[in-house]
Amino acid sequence: MSQNLLELGPLSKSFGTAAILREVSLTVRRGEFMTLLGPSGCGKTTTLRIIAGFESPDSGRVRLDGVDVTDLPPYERDVHTVFQHYALFPHLDVAGNIAFGMRMDKVPEGEIARRVPQALAMVKLSGFEKRRVSSLSGGQMQRVALARAIAGRPALLLLDEPLGALDLKLRKEMQLELKRLQKKLGIAFVYVTHDQEEAMTMSDRIAVFNAGRIEQLGTPGEIYETPRTSFVADFIGGANIYSAEVLPAAAGRARLLIEGEHEIDVPLDEHESLPAPGGRVKIAIRPERVKVFYKDELPAGALRFKAVLLDSVFLGDACQIYLDFLKKSPDKPLTALAGGDRYSAHDDLGVPVIAAVQPEDVYILESDGR
Amino acid sequence: MKALERALSWLLSGRRQTASHALLAPAVLWLLIFLVTPALGLVALSLARNGAYGDVVWSLGLRNYRRAFAPQFAPVLLRTVGFASATTALCLLLGYPLAYFLSFRAGRWRGALIIALMVPFWTSSLVAFYSWMIILGKEGLINAALMRFGFLSSPMGMLYTPFSVLLGLVYFYLPFTVLPLYGSLEKIPRQYVEAAYDLGAPRWAAFREVTLPLSLPGVIAGALLTFIPCLGDFLTAELLGGPRYYLLGNLISNQFLMAQDWPFGAALTSLLLAGMIAGLWLYRRWEPDA
Repeated sequence: MSQNLLELGPLSKSFGTAAILREVSLTVRRGEFMTLLGPSGCGKTTTLRIIAGFESPDSGRVRLDGVDVTDLPPYERDVHTVFQHYALFPHLDVAGNIAFGMRMDKVPEGEIARRVPQALAMVKLSGFEKRRVSSLSGGQMQRVALARAIAGRPALLLLDEPLGALDLKLRKEMQLELKRLQKKLGIAFVYVTHDQEEAMTMSDRIAVFNAGRIEQLGTPGEIYETPRTSFVADFIGGANIYSAEVLPAAAGRARLLIEGEHEIDVPLDEHESLPAPGGRVKIAIRPERVKVFYKDELPAGALRFKAVLLDSVFLGDACQIYLDFLKKSPDKPLTALAGGDRYSAHDDLGVPVIAAVQPEDVYILESDGR
Repeated sequence: MKALERALSWLLSGRRQTASHALLAPAVLWLLIFLVTPALGLVALSLARNGAYGDVVWSLGLRNYRRAFAPQFAPVLLRTVGFASATTALCLLLGYPLAYFLSFRAGRWRGALIIALMVPFWTSSLVAFYSWMIILGKEGLINAALMRFGFLSSPMGMLYTPFSVLLGLVYFYLPFTVLPLYGSLEKIPRQYVEAAYDLGAPRWAAFREVTLPLSLPGVIAGALLTFIPCLGDFLTAELLGGPRYYLLGNLISNQFLMAQDWPFGAALTSLLLAGMIAGLWLYRRWEPDA
């Protein structure tokens, strides 16, 4: 038994003249929670539909458990989907919906009668067998859709923004519950979402999609701590992105001139690469890694930038601060994120401050050609 | 007046009374003058007696209704129900695949095909039936062609047979079946079908377990919209069937136009109306809350 349950690639797909997928390759391991993350129109849903069998790729193969299923119709694939709007059959009750897949697989009725309550218990809806679908709340429909998809014990479960229609509080609850359920069942999940926080909370690995490509694939920690491109840095967690000129530096270090104004010297990570001196790169700095100080009381080793407090926005649990640190480019303020109590007073606007960033918190991005 | 208003708003909005009463007033007035009043007049007339010279004698009684259930009219009634049922069955059999094709497969041809389907609807029925007479007659197109190419030595009788009546009815009422079917198939979210495939249902099983049950309201509506007007149809039998295949509609029209027995015609009409209303009422009761 190979470790990879699903192997995709390299998938290409166009609708008319619009290229939706450009050579997307991806492997999903057994029992893994894989999230396809990206903005709308990035190709993540098309990828999911190709795995399910609703679309066929123009080129590239889909292998499930080592078997090429590219040309198999959806009903011959051991894959079930939780649809975005649940797609529960309105003419069947809850039990009828959950039993549907098993009936199609010719599971004996006695076995079905045992497994329907099990599936309902798994999603905490015991006793809902005879309820009509139309009498359920959004959250309950979501759970029934999940129970229907797992009742047949597929090798792989596909989820297409399943929490998109729920309110924030319920969504947070369901995120944790889904994750627990996935671990308990040991079924691999391929989960499509545009919500980076959701992806961070649940995934073992995240594939960040942009414009029909996977920009970066990695664990939530890797994606967050070492974003490779400005798209990933900006989409996951948000980032201050600047252009910088490469200056001659010692081995393993990078000396950069940010926007022609601030010179910094930072360590070079193993995955980061630099063009020759004179070339340009993009760098990213996470807002929450920018510290704002009024006096020169900086922690040792931090990079320091003279700045002026431009504006601050109170977010409840935090405060977003806009700092002007580029004299030549005032349209590119540095955003910092701080605890909600400290900088909410508007009295401080216009005050000169110091912005401090640890050298290792400056990410050097790959040039992405865009 | 109140009851009629309620009935109308119920018809317009399903079971919710959302229509504003003021906006309904013109329609209510229209129906009151041109539908309810004549219908009540008809019922009143059905209780009267036919005079010696085709005049109406207002001595009220149920004699016309007793007469309507006399054994001599049973064959007409049975024939009418038989033709209406056969037409409905044939229309469903032909119409369901057609509606399915229009909704699921036609793609960009859909608009043109629906218009083609509506042509019999818009054509004057008289013109349409004379065309059929030209096609089916002894010296008609089919017979001429078959004899010309030697398949037949003498013309076969297609006109004035049960076949020609059924053909005419199916031709005329097919759009009544297809349009509600098409409407209900269109309303089925395609994701339900995908979900069925996803759960392991091959095409036929997905159709049988999901698409067909979800289109049942359309099947019922299409069947009723075909069956009910078929019960009252008289032109088809008149032109394509001849006296041997007269239906209830012909019997009624004869009472008014030839026998000059208006009270009996009114009684037959009232019975037919009552049957139709009962059918519609049953349909509304059965119809799932959409």
